[in-house]
Amino acid sequence: MGAPPDVALIDQQIQQRLDEILPQRLEQLLAERKANKTPSMTIIATKGTLDWAYPPFILASTAAALGWQVSIFFTFYGLNLLKKDLGDLKISPLGNPGMPMKMPFGPDWFRGINWNIPNAVQAVIPGFENLATALMKQTIKNTGVADIADLRAMSIEAGVKLIGCQMTVDLFGFTHDDFIPEIKEYCGAATFLPMAQDADVSLFI
Amino acid sequence: MQFDKELDACGLSCPLPILKTKKSLSDMTSGQILKVMSTDVGSVKDMQAFAKQTGNELLSTDQTDKVYAFYLKKK
Repeated sequence: MGAPPDVALIDQQIQQRLDEILPQRLEQLLAERKANKTPSMTIIATKGTLDWAYPPFILASTAAALGWQVSIFFTFYGLNLLKKDLGDLKISPLGNPGMPMKMPFGPDWFRGINWNIPNAVQAVIPGFENLATALMKQTIKNTGVADIADLRAMSIEAGVKLIGCQMTVDLFGFTHDDFIPEIKEYCGAATFLPMAQDADVSLFI
Repeated sequence: MQFDKELDACGLSCPLPILKTKKSLSDMTSGQILKVMSTDVGSVKDMQAFAKQTGNELLSTDQTDKVYAFYLKKK
Protein backbone atom coordinates (compact mmCIF):
# COMPACT_ATOMS: atom_id res chain seq x y z
CA MET A 1 0.00 0.00 0.00
CA GLY A 2 1.30 3.40 -0.98
CA ALA A 3 0.95 6.59 0.99
CA PRO A 4 -2.58 7.95 1.26
CA PRO A 5 -3.27 10.52 -1.44
CA ASP A 6 -2.73 14.11 -0.44
CA VAL A 7 -6.26 15.38 -1.02
CA ALA A 8 -5.39 18.95 -0.24
CA LEU A 9 -2.63 18.92 -2.84
CA ILE A 10 -4.87 17.37 -5.48
CA ASP A 11 -7.55 19.96 -4.77
CA GLN A 12 -5.02 22.70 -5.08
CA GLN A 13 -3.74 21.36 -8.39
CA ILE A 14 -7.25 20.96 -9.77
CA GLN A 15 -8.10 24.48 -8.67
CA GLN A 16 -4.97 25.85 -10.31
CA ARG A 17 -5.62 24.02 -13.58
CA LEU A 18 -9.26 25.10 -13.62
CA ASP A 19 -8.25 28.70 -13.10
CA GLU A 20 -5.99 28.36 -16.11
CA ILE A 21 -8.43 26.81 -18.57
CA LEU A 22 -11.89 27.84 -17.37
CA PRO A 23 -11.96 31.54 -18.34
CA GLN A 24 -11.03 30.77 -21.93
CA ARG A 25 -13.43 27.85 -22.21
CA LEU A 26 -16.23 29.87 -20.68
CA GLU A 27 -15.62 32.70 -23.10
CA GLN A 28 -15.72 30.23 -25.97
CA LEU A 29 -19.00 28.66 -24.79
CA LEU A 30 -20.63 32.05 -24.29
CA ALA A 31 -19.54 33.18 -27.76
CA GLU A 32 -20.97 29.97 -29.24
CA ARG A 33 -24.23 30.45 -27.41
CA LYS A 34 -24.48 34.04 -28.58
CA ALA A 35 -23.77 33.05 -32.17
CA ASN A 36 -26.43 30.34 -32.16
CA LYS A 37 -29.12 32.29 -30.35
CA THR A 38 -31.59 34.49 -32.18
CA PRO A 39 -31.56 37.82 -30.33
CA SER A 40 -34.91 38.91 -28.99
CA MET A 41 -36.48 42.15 -27.87
CA THR A 42 -39.65 43.06 -26.08
CA ILE A 43 -41.04 46.59 -26.03
CA ILE A 44 -43.77 48.10 -23.90
CA ALA A 45 -45.44 50.90 -25.89
CA THR A 46 -47.39 53.24 -23.64
CA LYS A 47 -47.72 56.48 -25.59
CA GLY A 48 -50.43 57.33 -28.08
CA THR A 49 -49.23 60.43 -29.87
CA LEU A 50 -47.82 60.88 -33.36
CA ASP A 51 -44.29 61.60 -32.12
CA TRP A 52 -44.15 58.72 -29.66
CA ALA A 53 -45.56 56.32 -32.22
CA TYR A 54 -42.15 56.32 -33.90
CA PRO A 55 -39.73 54.79 -31.38
CA PRO A 56 -41.51 51.44 -30.93
CA PHE A 57 -42.10 50.87 -34.64
CA ILE A 58 -38.65 52.11 -35.71
CA LEU A 59 -36.89 49.91 -33.18
CA ALA A 60 -39.13 46.91 -33.81
CA SER A 61 -38.89 47.01 -37.61
CA THR A 62 -35.13 47.57 -37.50
CA ALA A 63 -34.59 44.76 -35.01
CA ALA A 64 -36.65 42.46 -37.22
CA ALA A 65 -34.48 43.48 -40.19
CA LEU A 66 -31.44 42.48 -38.15
CA GLY A 67 -33.00 39.07 -37.67
CA TRP A 68 -34.25 39.54 -34.12
CA GLN A 69 -37.47 38.22 -32.68
CA VAL A 70 -39.59 41.13 -31.54
CA SER A 71 -42.77 41.51 -29.50
CA ILE A 72 -44.46 44.78 -28.61
CA PHE A 73 -46.93 45.00 -25.76
CA PHE A 74 -49.28 47.95 -26.28
CA THR A 75 -50.79 49.28 -23.12
CA PHE A 76 -52.70 52.38 -22.08
CA TYR A 77 -52.38 55.11 -24.73
CA GLY A 78 -50.05 52.86 -26.68
CA LEU A 79 -53.15 50.94 -27.83
CA ASN A 80 -53.92 53.90 -30.11
CA LEU A 81 -51.02 52.71 -32.27
CA LEU A 82 -52.97 49.55 -33.10
CA LYS A 83 -56.15 51.24 -34.27
CA LYS A 84 -57.29 50.54 -37.79
CA ASP A 85 -57.16 54.25 -38.59
CA LEU A 86 -53.95 55.95 -37.48
CA GLY A 87 -55.18 59.30 -38.77
CA ASP A 88 -56.25 60.27 -35.25
CA LEU A 89 -52.69 60.35 -33.92
CA LYS A 90 -51.77 63.88 -32.93
CA ILE A 91 -48.83 65.79 -31.62
CA SER A 92 -49.08 68.53 -29.04
CA PRO A 93 -46.47 71.23 -28.44
CA LEU A 94 -48.45 72.30 -25.37
CA GLY A 95 -46.39 71.66 -22.26
CA ASN A 96 -43.69 70.12 -24.43
CA PRO A 97 -40.68 72.46 -24.25
CA GLY A 98 -38.50 69.95 -26.09
CA MET A 99 -40.42 70.30 -29.31
CA PRO A 100 -39.11 72.78 -31.88
CA MET A 101 -41.89 74.71 -33.61
CA LYS A 102 -40.64 75.26 -37.13
CA MET A 103 -42.53 75.81 -40.33
CA PRO A 104 -42.19 73.10 -43.00
CA PHE A 105 -42.53 75.59 -45.89
CA GLY A 106 -41.19 78.89 -47.12
CA PRO A 107 -37.61 80.09 -47.67
CA ASP A 108 -34.79 78.71 -45.52
CA TRP A 109 -34.60 81.73 -43.20
CA PHE A 110 -38.30 81.32 -42.44
CA ARG A 111 -38.03 77.56 -41.86
CA GLY A 112 -35.18 78.19 -39.45
CA ILE A 113 -37.28 80.25 -37.03
CA ASN A 114 -38.27 78.47 -33.84
CA TRP A 115 -41.68 79.84 -32.92
CA ASN A 116 -41.66 80.19 -29.20
CA ILE A 117 -45.37 80.28 -28.47
CA PRO A 118 -46.22 80.47 -24.75
CA ASN A 119 -48.28 77.64 -23.28
CA ALA A 120 -50.98 80.10 -22.22
CA VAL A 121 -51.42 81.19 -25.83
CA GLN A 122 -51.31 77.63 -27.23
CA ALA A 123 -53.98 76.56 -24.77
CA VAL A 124 -56.60 79.10 -25.84
CA ILE A 125 -56.21 78.90 -29.62
CA PRO A 126 -58.87 76.47 -30.91
CA GLY A 127 -57.44 73.80 -33.19
CA PHE A 128 -53.84 74.48 -32.17
CA GLU A 129 -53.12 70.77 -31.83
CA ASN A 130 -54.57 70.06 -35.25
CA LEU A 131 -52.43 72.79 -36.76
CA ALA A 132 -49.27 71.49 -35.05
CA THR A 133 -50.12 67.95 -36.22
CA ALA A 134 -50.64 69.08 -39.81
CA LEU A 135 -47.31 70.95 -39.76
CA MET A 136 -45.54 67.93 -38.25
CA LYS A 137 -46.97 65.62 -40.89
CA GLN A 138 -45.70 67.97 -43.58
CA THR A 139 -42.25 68.03 -41.95
CA ILE A 140 -42.27 64.21 -41.83
CA LYS A 141 -43.08 64.12 -45.53
CA ASN A 142 -40.40 66.73 -46.39
CA THR A 143 -37.63 64.92 -44.56
CA GLY A 144 -38.32 61.44 -45.97
CA VAL A 145 -39.27 60.02 -42.58
CA ALA A 146 -41.59 57.04 -42.86
CA ASP A 147 -45.31 57.29 -42.26
CA ILE A 148 -46.42 55.48 -39.09
CA ALA A 149 -48.88 53.30 -40.99
CA ASP A 150 -46.04 52.23 -43.31
CA LEU A 151 -43.68 51.50 -40.44
CA ARG A 152 -46.37 49.46 -38.72
CA ALA A 153 -47.11 47.52 -41.90
CA MET A 154 -43.38 46.84 -42.37
CA SER A 155 -43.09 45.68 -38.78
CA ILE A 156 -45.98 43.26 -39.26
CA GLU A 157 -44.55 42.02 -42.54
CA ALA A 158 -41.20 41.41 -40.83
CA GLY A 159 -42.87 39.22 -38.22
CA VAL A 160 -43.04 41.60 -35.26
CA LYS A 161 -45.56 40.24 -32.77
CA LEU A 162 -48.15 42.80 -31.68
CA ILE A 163 -49.82 42.23 -28.33
CA GLY A 164 -52.68 44.26 -26.91
CA CYS A 165 -53.30 44.88 -23.23
CA GLN A 166 -56.77 43.49 -22.52
CA MET A 167 -57.15 45.54 -19.35
CA THR A 168 -56.70 48.78 -21.32
CA VAL A 169 -59.18 47.63 -23.96
CA ASP A 170 -61.78 47.22 -21.17
CA LEU A 171 -60.74 50.38 -19.34
CA PHE A 172 -61.13 52.67 -22.35
CA GLY A 173 -64.23 50.90 -23.63
CA PHE A 174 -62.65 49.66 -26.85
CA THR A 175 -63.58 46.47 -28.66
CA HIS A 176 -61.20 44.18 -30.54
CA ASP A 177 -62.94 45.37 -33.68
CA ASP A 178 -61.37 48.83 -33.21
CA PHE A 179 -57.93 47.33 -33.83
CA ILE A 180 -56.11 45.78 -36.74
CA PRO A 181 -56.63 42.02 -37.10
CA GLU A 182 -52.87 41.34 -37.11
CA ILE A 183 -52.75 41.55 -33.31
CA LYS A 184 -51.48 38.16 -32.17
CA GLU A 185 -53.15 38.18 -28.79
CA TYR A 186 -54.70 40.23 -26.04
CA CYS A 187 -53.31 39.53 -22.61
CA GLY A 188 -52.07 41.00 -19.38
CA ALA A 189 -48.88 41.67 -17.48
CA ALA A 190 -48.56 38.05 -16.36
CA THR A 191 -48.26 36.88 -19.96
CA PHE A 192 -45.93 39.63 -21.03
CA LEU A 193 -43.42 39.53 -18.18
CA PRO A 194 -42.11 36.01 -18.85
CA MET A 195 -41.50 37.07 -22.48
CA ALA A 196 -39.54 40.08 -21.27
CA GLN A 197 -37.62 37.86 -18.87
CA ASP A 198 -36.29 35.77 -21.74
CA ALA A 199 -35.55 38.73 -24.02
CA ASP A 200 -32.06 40.11 -24.56
CA VAL A 201 -33.39 43.64 -24.81
CA SER A 202 -36.47 44.99 -23.09
CA LEU A 203 -37.62 48.56 -23.47
CA PHE A 204 -40.34 50.71 -21.96
CA ILE A 205 -41.45 53.45 -24.30
CA MET B 1 -18.33 47.22 -59.14
CA GLN B 2 -20.63 44.58 -60.61
CA PHE B 3 -23.96 44.02 -58.92
CA ASP B 4 -27.03 41.85 -59.43
CA LYS B 5 -29.68 44.18 -58.09
CA GLU B 6 -29.97 47.87 -57.28
CA LEU B 7 -32.01 49.57 -54.57
CA ASP B 8 -32.60 53.31 -54.63
CA ALA B 9 -33.24 54.49 -51.06
CA CYS B 10 -32.34 58.13 -51.77
CA GLY B 11 -34.39 60.67 -49.85
CA LEU B 12 -35.44 58.14 -47.22
CA SER B 13 -34.61 58.47 -43.53
CA CYS B 14 -33.73 55.94 -40.84
CA PRO B 15 -34.78 53.14 -40.64
CA LEU B 16 -36.17 52.88 -44.17
CA PRO B 17 -32.87 52.29 -46.03
CA ILE B 18 -32.14 49.33 -43.74
CA LEU B 19 -35.69 47.94 -43.94
CA LYS B 20 -35.69 48.17 -47.73
CA THR B 21 -32.22 46.63 -47.91
CA LYS B 22 -33.39 43.68 -45.85
CA LYS B 23 -36.41 43.27 -48.08
CA SER B 24 -34.36 43.47 -51.27
CA LEU B 25 -31.91 40.86 -50.02
CA SER B 26 -34.69 38.46 -49.12
CA ASP B 27 -35.46 37.48 -52.71
CA MET B 28 -31.83 37.26 -53.79
CA THR B 29 -29.65 34.14 -53.75
CA SER B 30 -26.51 33.58 -51.73
CA GLY B 31 -23.43 35.28 -53.20
CA GLN B 32 -25.38 37.84 -55.23
CA ILE B 33 -24.50 41.49 -54.81
CA LEU B 34 -26.95 44.26 -53.94
CA LYS B 35 -26.15 47.89 -54.57
CA VAL B 36 -27.96 50.30 -52.25
CA MET B 37 -28.05 54.04 -52.93
CA SER B 38 -28.83 56.29 -49.98
CA THR B 39 -28.67 59.96 -49.02
CA ASP B 40 -29.13 59.25 -45.31
CA VAL B 41 -25.87 60.15 -43.52
CA GLY B 42 -26.79 57.78 -40.68
CA SER B 43 -26.96 54.86 -43.08
CA VAL B 44 -23.14 54.69 -43.28
CA LYS B 45 -22.85 53.43 -39.73
CA ASP B 46 -26.17 51.61 -39.85
CA MET B 47 -25.24 49.63 -42.95
CA GLN B 48 -22.01 48.47 -41.29
CA ALA B 49 -23.95 47.34 -38.22
CA PHE B 50 -26.58 45.66 -40.38
CA ALA B 51 -23.89 43.74 -42.28
CA LYS B 52 -22.18 42.67 -39.07
CA GLN B 53 -25.41 41.48 -37.43
CA THR B 54 -26.91 39.70 -40.42
CA GLY B 55 -23.74 38.21 -41.88
CA ASN B 56 -24.29 39.81 -45.29
CA GLU B 57 -20.86 41.16 -46.23
CA LEU B 58 -20.47 44.88 -46.89
CA LEU B 59 -17.98 44.81 -49.76
CA SER B 60 -17.54 48.54 -50.17
CA THR B 61 -19.00 51.97 -49.53
CA ASP B 62 -18.63 54.75 -52.09
CA GLN B 63 -19.72 58.34 -51.92
CA THR B 64 -20.51 60.61 -54.86
CA ASP B 65 -21.58 64.08 -53.75
CA LYS B 66 -24.26 63.38 -51.17
CA VAL B 67 -25.18 59.93 -52.37
CA TYR B 68 -23.74 56.84 -50.74
CA ALA B 69 -23.48 53.53 -52.56
CA PHE B 70 -23.23 50.35 -50.53
CA TYR B 71 -22.37 46.96 -52.02
CA LEU B 72 -23.64 44.05 -50.00
CA LYS B 73 -22.99 40.39 -50.71
CA LYS B 74 -25.87 38.20 -49.67
CA LYS B 75 -24.99 35.54 -47.12
